[in-house]
Amino acid sequence: MASVEFRNVTKSFGLFTAVADVSFDIGDGEFVCLLGPSGCGKTTSLRMIAGLETPTSGEILIGGREVTHLHPKDRNIAMVFQDYALYPHMNLADNIAYPLKVRGEPVDKRHGRAKEVADVLKIGHLMDRLPSQISGGQQQRTSLARALVYPAQVYLFDEPLSNLDAKLRLEARGFLNHLQRDMGMTAVYVTHDQAEAMALATRIAVMDQGRIVQYASPIEIYRRPATTFVANFVGNPPMNLIEAEGTNRDGRLALKADGLTIADLPITDVIGKALSNSPKLTLGVRPEHLSIADTETGNRLTAPLFANENMGPESLVTVDRQGSRVTARIFTDDHLSLGETVTLGFSTEHIHLFDSMGNRIPAVGE
Amino acid sequence: MKLTIPAFVGRIAFSALAALLGAVFALPLLWFLFAPFNARAELGLAVPEPWTLQNFVTVFGNSYAVQALWNSFIQAIGGVILIGAAATLAAYALSRSSIPGKGAVTYILLLFSSVVSGSAAMVPIFLIISAAGLMDTHIAVILTFAGGLLPTAMFILRDFIDSIPKSYEESAMVAGASPVQAFFDVALPVIRPGIVVIVVWSFVNIWGSFLIPFILLRSDRNMPASVAIYSFYSEAGTPIVTLLAAYSLIYSLPVIALYLFVSWKFGFRFFGGIKA
Repeated sequence: MASVEFRNVTKSFGLFTAVADVSFDIGDGEFVCLLGPSGCGKTTSLRMIAGLETPTSGEILIGGREVTHLHPKDRNIAMVFQDYALYPHMNLADNIAYPLKVRGEPVDKRHGRAKEVADVLKIGHLMDRLPSQISGGQQQRTSLARALVYPAQVYLFDEPLSNLDAKLRLEARGFLNHLQRDMGMTAVYVTHDQAEAMALATRIAVMDQGRIVQYASPIEIYRRPATTFVANFVGNPPMNLIEAEGTNRDGRLALKADGLTIADLPITDVIGKALSNSPKLTLGVRPEHLSIADTETGNRLTAPLFANENMGPESLVTVDRQGSRVTARIFTDDHLSLGETVTLGFSTEHIHLFDSMGNRIPAVGE
Repeated sequence: MKLTIPAFVGRIAFSALAALLGAVFALPLLWFLFAPFNARAELGLAVPEPWTLQNFVTVFGNSYAVQALWNSFIQAIGGVILIGAAATLAAYALSRSSIPGKGAVTYILLLFSSVVSGSAAMVPIFLIISAAGLMDTHIAVILTFAGGLLPTAMFILRDFIDSIPKSYEESAMVAGASPVQAFFDVALPVIRPGIVVIVVWSFVNIWGSFLIPFILLRSDRNMPASVAIYSFYSEAGTPIVTLLAAYSLIYSLPVIALYLFVSWKFGFRFFGGIKA
């Protein structure tokens, strides 16, 4: 196991900059998820760690060793590909044992080791099959077995679960989580699925347009998203963002937006500073922090009901504020009818404020 | 459903027409199967009476004709090895590397390839081969065919390799393989069906070609079978049908055998950029 470090890494493809001056480090034994929408540079970053792409500028270190221009074979890494990349002409035993074959292990020794790993992954009985003769979930585990069959410094995962159906994905996610904690492996995991990142990572690097927007623990990213982009990307459903005009009313913040009332939010120094730059603020509240309010006091948002989706333990209640919608996760089954005016309440501690540039305004005590 | 009488008549007429057309195409093939075994074969179709192998005995007694079959093998197999190996390496490089303008290279080569093996370029080819001192050698024929067939072979194969995900070789290299190991262990087995198509296609092309060996070769001992067939003409220029038929049958067998072998072993799943 080893640490990974990016120092001012930039990668351009012609005029397009995929990764722009990115610096971050991954500690020994950490499980870091690179999270972001497609085209944000997360896969390119992973491929640069693997050596499959060469940075245009900057340095990459693995275990303190500079590897920026090193061939993939000399980096001692393991990687699971999105399409699994199982060799179609080799049976499972040969597929899994291939990394040992190129390391010069004799055939019975490498097949023995492959079988051990395959047994852990519950594919040990399929060793004679070709990849085309097994199911998608088994193929995924085969590619995982091929990565685990030799001791690597860093394990790289390129959206390994995206080709699985929902149920298998949950199962594989749980297994990966267990495996990482068990082995203490250093892992870099690329995904666009925020739930996967939240469930697996010790730290998440949220990427957007080639840059890291926030690099923090899942709980930190959930509780204190650094920008509106992060706020909108993490959480299911994502955080509600309401654009409003802020004014100072006797030391209290007043937000002017349709149906919105903020009862009691003192203007701190940071809020005051943001207001002096621009009165345009964004208010963020997570759906799970909204509830149906029965009194006309406190922080609240009033708008007509747009949709009410019953999910079993909870319902998603969406109200429509002239085109911009706000969703609440409600854990009671109140009957609401379409078009009915709904008042959603939320407490002050669950308010997130972002300035006109979309950056977080720290709350009191942050 | 009961057929109406006009529809019934229509079907009969269609079937009769199809049978007639089929017969027109089948007759030469039947002649081709019967004549070699008929000691008195003529250009007309006749069932051998009696069946005999006498024609084959005569053909195999002709050392020039046997040598010519052997020459065909040397030239076709030499050409196939050269084209197969060169096209695989070139197509792989064109597909996987990031050389700018690599697409243009393939298309320009493809454009000129029809010139190289076509009759228009015969004079320059003759002069080049002559200047290189390669006249009347197998190498001359092999090189000329390689020049003519390689671009198309590269084009077909590059298309095939493009459709194979890069992640095969990438995963091999991440696992510790050198680029050469990744090519031989992973890429080559995966692109083998494409190479087989190239091999069959170039073998058939060289085996059946008349003009290039006829021009580039001088002596009887180097001529391939396609040229040697002309030795079964009498001095007056009339064909000796019995021997010609027997020799033609022998001449066509390797190609048929190659097709059968390939379709049994690999199947023609892929042909000319179209996957079935």
